[in-house]
Amino acid sequence: MAENILEIKDLTFSFRTYGGVVKSVRDVSFDVREGEILGIVGESGCGKSVTSQCILRLNPEPPGFFESGSILYKGEDIVKKSDREMRKIRGTEISFIFQDPMTSLNPTMTVGKQIEEIFVGRKGMSRKEIKERTLEILRLVGINEPERRYKQYPHELSGGMKQRVMIAIALVGKPSIIIADEPTTSLDVTIEAQILDLLKDLREKMNTSIILITHDLGVIAKMCDRVLVMYGGKIAERGTVEEIFYETAHPYTAGLIKSIATLDTSKDHKLVPIDGTPPDLFSPPHGCPFAARCEFAMKVCYERQPEFHQLSPEHTCACWLQHPYAPKVDIMKGLEQEAKK
Amino acid sequence: MTKYILKRVGISLITIFVLVTAVFFLARLMPGGPFNDPKLSEAARENLSAYYGFDKPVLEQYITYLGNLLSGNLGFSTKYPSQTVNQLLASSFPYSADLGIRALCLAISFGLVFGIMSALNRGNGIDLFFVIVAVIGTSVPDFIMGALLQYFFAIEWGLLPIAEYKGFAYTILPSIGLGFYTMASVSRIMRASMLEVVQQDYIKTARSKGISRFRVTWKHQIRNAIMPVVTILGPTVAAVLTGTFVIESLFVIPGMGKYYVESVQNNDYSLILGMTVFYGAFLVFCNMVVDILYGIIDPRVRVAGK
Amino acid sequence: MSELKSDRNEQTPQIPEEELTAQTVEEVQADPTEEDLSPEDFEIIGKNLEKMESISRPSLTFWQEAWRRIRGNRAAFISLILLIIYGLLAIFAPMLSQYGFDQQDAYSMRAGFSLEHWLGCDALGRDLWVRVWMGARVSLTIGLLAAIINSLIGTVLGGFCGYYGGKLDMIVMRIIDVIYGIPSLIVCILVMVVLGSGVESLIIAMVIVGWTGTCRFTRGEVYRLKEQEFVLAAQVMGEPVATIIIRELIPNIMGLLITNLTMAIPGAIFQEAFLSYIGLGISPPDASWGVLAKEGTKMLQVAPHILYVPAFFICTTVLALNQLGNGLRDAFDPRLRGTE
Repeated sequence: MAENILEIKDLTFSFRTYGGVVKSVRDVSFDVREGEILGIVGESGCGKSVTSQCILRLNPEPPGFFESGSILYKGEDIVKKSDREMRKIRGTEISFIFQDPMTSLNPTMTVGKQIEEIFVGRKGMSRKEIKERTLEILRLVGINEPERRYKQYPHELSGGMKQRVMIAIALVGKPSIIIADEPTTSLDVTIEAQILDLLKDLREKMNTSIILITHDLGVIAKMCDRVLVMYGGKIAERGTVEEIFYETAHPYTAGLIKSIATLDTSKDHKLVPIDGTPPDLFSPPHGCPFAARCEFAMKVCYERQPEFHQLSPEHTCACWLQHPYAPKVDIMKGLEQEAKK
Repeated sequence: MTKYILKRVGISLITIFVLVTAVFFLARLMPGGPFNDPKLSEAARENLSAYYGFDKPVLEQYITYLGNLLSGNLGFSTKYPSQTVNQLLASSFPYSADLGIRALCLAISFGLVFGIMSALNRGNGIDLFFVIVAVIGTSVPDFIMGALLQYFFAIEWGLLPIAEYKGFAYTILPSIGLGFYTMASVSRIMRASMLEVVQQDYIKTARSKGISRFRVTWKHQIRNAIMPVVTILGPTVAAVLTGTFVIESLFVIPGMGKYYVESVQNNDYSLILGMTVFYGAFLVFCNMVVDILYGIIDPRVRVAGK
Repeated sequence: MSELKSDRNEQTPQIPEEELTAQTVEEVQADPTEEDLSPEDFEIIGKNLEKMESISRPSLTFWQEAWRRIRGNRAAFISLILLIIYGLLAIFAPMLSQYGFDQQDAYSMRAGFSLEHWLGCDALGRDLWVRVWMGARVSLTIGLLAAIINSLIGTVLGGFCGYYGGKLDMIVMRIIDVIYGIPSLIVCILVMVVLGSGVESLIIAMVIVGWTGTCRFTRGEVYRLKEQEFVLAAQVMGEPVATIIIRELIPNIMGLLITNLTMAIPGAIFQEAFLSYIGLGISPPDASWGVLAKEGTKMLQVAPHILYVPAFFICTTVLALNQLGNGLRDAFDPRLRGTE
């Protein structure tokens, strides 16, 4: 089994706001292995972006702050690092691809400059080498006429090309981990496929680990080796892609799967939405954050946070349904269907 | 880019033409002629009118006027008969320009620095200080600011000369008085813009690259935040230049503003016309330069042609 | 490692971790609190969406929400109260005073603050308290009227331009380009010279140049909004254009319009002061804040309070209006909160 390259333990990250302290990420633990693609899935506001930005300390601090936990990268704790020390990690050790390529590139700087900026203040490469490297990376991410693009400004590029430039920025420092935060959400479906293929391709060529954040289970199924499902700032379930899709253990994961359409979905098959809204993180519920939206919610769910149950070496799930006392239900079917039988 | 510049120049020329025409006809509508002095006899008045061409049909006067303008002749003053408008402008413009440029430099440089300092220290005492300076600055009209400066620095404390314009020490108070309002508004806009830009995704991208904090602030945040300030430069130049009207009369500086106000009070047609056309054209020109400048520093405008 | 917590605040004792990584199996260990659990706790009771709804805040109308936010903004709220006080004083103070605004008193020329003359007297011995509030009537009226008329013209014209686009839009925009290119004070001066001094001329002069800003702004907003579904729905239902603009579009930009209006009043007050200062606005003995300030600057060396008094009121009014404007903008557009 591949080495752990990043280990996150009991991470709790909060923001001080006008309305009080928001606990965006609560007791999150996971690890990233060399060369794997780890998916983090969840709806907006579930803490997936904040978690990922914690790894590069990109959340504004203040108002954000670490309440507890550690993020070990190559044995060193990122939580304890100063801004100056973080700089050595950002871009060359761990890099980030942002959600919206339209707004994530500086409109007043040429594409080439924005890619080369990674090397500003780092020794060891001549100007010429840097430029060659940049052009090579542009070619690698599938941008034609790199020499021309090099001198262009972001607004002269299409959305897909901008995202390729973002990927080029993330790649040019040869990082060992790339964090991609919804890299395809704002792109057309055809471009999305191209970008995802590109990421997969790069992983194979450069053996980079990728943390892929998305709300789209389709993307997860296509790309990932292992998956974390997050809800209300906590991890609900984690496991390999197969386990998540075929041995679903958490009602929230089940809800996500039931709410997406696949090619196999027949016309009269109804997609099931998850009712309600995610919990208010100003005052997170005492019990399971998902209880209020969960049709299997039990008394205990409203009162106590569920513990993690180990279902297989990779598969864990935080849900009271796994407790020996709990009734046996088929979470993929739902109560009504069960009753009909 | 060429197309963009040509379009700007075109709009500017049309604006100047409309301005000239409006000024000419409005001036003819003014109540009271230039020779209202009751001591003048009827004949003398007619003579003067004929001498200055006021007896001809309006349209003819207009065409003559346009012709003169094209040859760079702004006409005569009816109040100071020995002087042409050009001569008056030649003697007074340097003062106004000197004062205006000083005030503008002061306002923009300090405004930008204050705004940046304020935004970078958001929420703490430094920020509060600059915000208060800016809020006060935008609440005090320039003539009151000028008068207060005069009172404290010249009369009460005797630190600086109270009026006239004869050397560096003399320029300090009028420049501050003239530039303070603009400085305050530049500082406010810059602060707001800095805080807006810092939330942009590309700042996060820049931070994720591991470049120094200074570089993120300088190359990404300030570079983009300065755009809105550039857009208000045109109106700012106008505000500073019209501000010279009151500041010049307050500090007894023989600039254009002083003559302009006098010409209005004396119904001095030609001088009003000449001065307004000069002012107007100058400001339209400034606006045009600012627009073109904006096109140069913002690559998005350059291509889109606005 | 167990993540079970009996309470959020009271964490269960941590089980010693020996090199626990995700590879090592995280065993579920017997938890001390587990004893409390009984099978009854595991009865399925299902969703509780109502409970969730109850967390979300009560819904307020646009105006309630704005009012709540304004009250929450200390600077804006104090400003509002100050402006109301100034308004009331402008109406009543001259009526209730024993002095007339042009009544001269040779014995109290340039008098300082005293019980008889609260704010002292000017160079001709006229009571400044009364003159300031008479001036406030003029200055505030001009500021308010000019700003309102500008907003009305600008909103209506901008609304139609943005909605229809095409030729009308092009012509109006070119006119605005030209007016915008000419410094507004120069136009004001010319108009004042032609029309003569007085409140009406001042307002007309300000309106001639002032409507362009609101017009541009409204046009832009309407242009953006008209693409949205609710406008389409109104069109499909056959509402006449005027109704769509007035009923559907304007309410959506109401907040920003009010903010702009508030921010435009200080500009008008400044312009009146400026024009009166150079002798084109209101002519003495009538008072406006600009006239008073002008009179004050002449007496600066002898009796500075004659300038200080009107200066104080001009500055505090403008300050209050700016703060109120900022507060309104934040109230209507929370995204911008705290940036200025």
